[in-house]
Amino acid sequence: MAFVNLKKKEVQAKIVYYGPGRGGKTSNLEFIYNRIRHKMKNEMVTIKTHGDRTLFFDFLPLNIGTIKGYSIRTQLYTVPGQVKYDATRRLVLRGVDGIVFVADSMTVRREKNIASLKNLEENLAAYQKDLYKIPIVMQYNKRDLGQKGVPLLSFAEMEKDLNSKLKAPRFGASAMTGHDVVATLKKAIQITMISLKRTLM
Amino acid sequence: MSYILEQKQLDEIEQILNKDLIDLGVHSVILIDMAGNIVVDQNSGGSDHDIYSLAALAAGNYGAMNAMANIVGEDEFSLLFHKGEKANIHFSKVLSDYLLVTIFGKEVSLGFLRLKVAEVITKIGDLLPAQ
Repeated sequence: MAFVNLKKKEVQAKIVYYGPGRGGKTSNLEFIYNRIRHKMKNEMVTIKTHGDRTLFFDFLPLNIGTIKGYSIRTQLYTVPGQVKYDATRRLVLRGVDGIVFVADSMTVRREKNIASLKNLEENLAAYQKDLYKIPIVMQYNKRDLGQKGVPLLSFAEMEKDLNSKLKAPRFGASAMTGHDVVATLKKAIQITMISLKRTLM
Repeated sequence: MSYILEQKQLDEIEQILNKDLIDLGVHSVILIDMAGNIVVDQNSGGSDHDIYSLAALAAGNYGAMNAMANIVGEDEFSLLFHKGEKANIHFSKVLSDYLLVTIFGKEVSLGFLRLKVAEVITKIGDLLPAQ
């Protein structure tokens, strides 16, 4: 539910990082926050449990500059990935304009990725939104772990599992090193803005 | 759905919030949508809260309260209010997709604030697009 303020010439849009627990959603936002924190007045908001897991959401407002005279303000959120927090995940999705699906490249997490994508589809349907129509970017995270000997799913396997029907833009990334974290976000913002232009014009 | 508000509508909403709430002694009033976007914010000049974080948390908090209401068999909780030592926060739904967040101190009574907020909701409800 993006909002265009003609008085301030400002567009506000909501992008949600979704995916299985411990997949790196919060790490994505932390990397972005650490890159821009010197320019920010506010701190990133996180609601965590004692065990350092996301309980409700993380929130990072990001002013990305102007497009055609309009200031673009994107609100980045993560959802809690753990299965038991489905009710809060659904709440965070309310009014979502674009999604980054952060999948875990570790072989042992294959089923969790597939289940989380299915869960995303169900939760979007609760708001009459279609997974196949909403702007979405796939991020295959933790690619760096391959160099440490951790068994990883191949890019092709992840594409087949998660993106064979969606055909969304996708990135192999590492939220820990920052590799393609910004590229993922830029793509998500780009396709979200294109979609908004189409719905509002 | 995405929506657009024009300068005239926003000016009128600001005017109502200023006249009915800020002039009453309220520190700060923020009209947000349920996605956590800020539609209008007005304050008495003395506050520099992080309103973007506040809006995100308010929308999440309201959603969580509603979900809890449903679990105990209520459609919604009609009074959402947090009391602090120096500042209090009052939340009120406007139409089905907006939330009015009011921050005020000891000098404003909760009863009078609720009365004024109810009047404001009727007035600005006519100016906002239904989602």
